[in-house]
Amino acid sequence: MSETPPAPTVFDLFAGFFLVGLCGFGGVLPWARRMIVEQRQWLTLAEFTDMLGLCQFLPGGNIMNVTIALGSRFRGVAGAVAAFLGLMAAPVAIVIGLGVVYDRYADLPPVRHAFVALSAAAAAFMLSTAWKIASPLRGRPLAIGVAVCTFLVIAVLRLPLPAALPVLALGSAALLWRFRL
Amino acid sequence: MNTLVELAVVHAQLSLLAFGGAAAIIPEMQRQVVDVHHWMDAREFAALYALAQAAPGPNLMVVSLVGWRVAGFWGALVTTAAIAAPSSILTLLVSGMWYRFKDAPWRKALQAGLQPVTAGLIMASAALLIRSTAVDWSAAAVIVAAAGLFIFTKLHPLLILAGAAAAGAAGLVG
Repeated sequence: MSETPPAPTVFDLFAGFFLVGLCGFGGVLPWARRMIVEQRQWLTLAEFTDMLGLCQFLPGGNIMNVTIALGSRFRGVAGAVAAFLGLMAAPVAIVIGLGVVYDRYADLPPVRHAFVALSAAAAAFMLSTAWKIASPLRGRPLAIGVAVCTFLVIAVLRLPLPAALPVLALGSAALLWRFRL
Repeated sequence: MNTLVELAVVHAQLSLLAFGGAAAIIPEMQRQVVDVHHWMDAREFAALYALAQAAPGPNLMVVSLVGWRVAGFWGALVTTAAIAAPSSILTLLVSGMWYRFKDAPWRKALQAGLQPVTAGLIMASAALLIRSTAVDWSAAAVIVAAAGLFIFTKLHPLLILAGAAAAGAAGLVG
């Protein structure tokens, strides 16, 4: 039996998430899980999964929410702020650096063509994410109907999300609840 | 100054709408940034989105990049803070109460109801990005090929993105 590691300090929270932000190419979730559960053992896997479930349920970036929930659990508001700033510091600096480079070289033909292809591949990445998120809906016509309806309202009719989302979410919840009973 | 306030208001709203993370708010962000405020065109928005994919960090990084593009350093700071603050405050308030309502029927119903809506929102994000990036047949071919690799292989996503960029730089695309 290993001892429970001591609760992380405010600095530990910043440092741990700083490395997650720095490493998190192609998504931070796998890196965050590895750091929190395996390397620093701040949470068990079950605790982490539960916390992630909450953070996916709430609006906002999932791992961004994890920094807030985990930071505040150990060190209150200071811990939440430290974990959040740790996560964001490196990525914000790097992405702006990339923006500066893009700005300077965007007119060179190889760079321009690279960006046409990169943008297309990034769109395909989003498509594959949609495919994976939608796969649990298979065999559930009502849920598929809600997803298609959402798609039409947002992508085709282009209605504003602040007005559409509450109606869609509550309508969907009521509909699925009604027909499951 | 006015622009910074507008950036803050737009992204603070997006923060509370981002069920399922950044992917769900790409259509609304594009609508606000391109159609409502005319800060850039749809192609540039798609390019910034792609650029953000090439950086490490949460997939909301496109927000910082949009802020930087529109209003420089302060723009990036404002949009990043605005996208984070409302949802973070909500998380701070709710995470303590979460366990108490774990089995409440209304929470389960809401969670089940949000699932297909989130799926629909992400499909919409993909459709809008495809519409502004499939500029010719070669770009469309990249989308089809990359989507196949993302879905049906276990290749690291960054490898696929880098491969596409390399093919573009070599003059095969665009």
